[in-house]
Amino acid sequence: MDMHEAKRVEIIIEKIMVNRLTDLLIQAGVKGFSVLPVSGGSGSSGHWSRAGQISRAQGMSAVVCLINPERLEKTLDSIFPLLDRHIGVVSVTDTKVMRAELF
Amino acid sequence: MEQLFSLAQQNLLSPIILFFVLGFSAALAKSDLNFPEAIAKGMSLYLLFAIGFKGGASLSGYGVDLQLILSLLSGIILSALLPFLAFVLLRIMTKMSTIDAAAVAAHYGSISIVTFVAASSILEIQGITYDGYMVAVAATMEAPAIISALWLISGKNKASKGLDSALMREILLNGSIVLLIGSFFIGLVTGKDGFTEISPFISAPFKGVLCLFLLDMGLVAGRGLINAKGAVSGRAVLFGVIMPLAGATIGLIFAITIGLSLGSTVLMMVLSASASYIAVPAAMRVAVPEANPAIYLTLSLGVTFPFNLTVGIPLYVTIATAVIGS
Repeated sequence: MDMHEAKRVEIIIEKIMVNRLTDLLIQAGVKGFSVLPVSGGSGSSGHWSRAGQISRAQGMSAVVCLINPERLEKTLDSIFPLLDRHIGVVSVTDTKVMRAELF
Repeated sequence: MEQLFSLAQQNLLSPIILFFVLGFSAALAKSDLNFPEAIAKGMSLYLLFAIGFKGGASLSGYGVDLQLILSLLSGIILSALLPFLAFVLLRIMTKMSTIDAAAVAAHYGSISIVTFVAASSILEIQGITYDGYMVAVAATMEAPAIISALWLISGKNKASKGLDSALMREILLNGSIVLLIGSFFIGLVTGKDGFTEISPFISAPFKGVLCLFLLDMGLVAGRGLINAKGAVSGRAVLFGVIMPLAGATIGLIFAITIGLSLGSTVLMMVLSASASYIAVPAAMRVAVPEANPAIYLTLSLGVTFPFNLTVGIPLYVTIATAVIGS
């Protein structure tokens, strides 16, 4: 089976900012993404847990997208202004996909 | 003074407050007692729906009068002005940065709907009536404080983009406001008949659900305090107690000026004294991410919310009774 090179971009971001981020991804030409709940964690801003959250201001989500390597730079450039001021982590890993035309 | 102690004792021994204390204590003792996020959200939706509907239904048939308009206007003015008082107090009392002080100030201009619901339940227990439209006054007090705080910040923080249209829509159409106002209008339109139809669902279980919700709020407030250890100074904590008293006093002056009844005066004081921990933190995270959420959430949820529930509400009832008379 033919596999094709792709980049997996994972962005852990404040839940309140997810819609703004996904709007930017769509504008940058990203063809698809998944939003996943994050149940808790710890980092430079301290420890947190999803349990008992009452404010929309609290909590994090993970946005994962698989993209064609040629789109990577444009995608990261388009989301940087949003991520610059907010809590979040961006990681990019090499991966392979089966149907390259979808990404 | 005797009335204050008697009222405080009744309040502190009510199931609503005792469940809050249970949650708060369990959190401080590091118990694993927990509410799933969806259940906490469901209870909050139920309470907003019930309080909104009851407020609208109680107002149906009365029409719009001058006092209703003055009450709504007072709510908007109080919400817009209280952040300035909070900001000045914070700058005098603490060494908080301008951005953090303005973000905290926004919370104190806006309101805590749970404190409002608890206060209205305590008024009902005391047999004190209040105007149904106070629910609408509560809704009008959510947003103006955010605009005032962003104005305070705009000169100091060049990175702040202030209010864009998406943020404005999120503030004005946040789920809590839509449900509260929507239920209020449905209650207003359907009136007593509508209330009778759904009364078994919104009346009898109301206090039980409120107890459970306050148990959860106690857990959240207690855990917030533990996680924020060291984030706020003693002087900031003192602000979290002084500001509600100052806000309640100003709320009382507005209530007397427009001639509100005793119950509505207490609710106006409670609204002015309470601090937001749902709508405003979300707006601050979007518009001013540089402000430290541990400070504003700890003060509004960990200090002012428990203070108002345990000490504030009986104090406001006593003061309003002494000033206005029963």
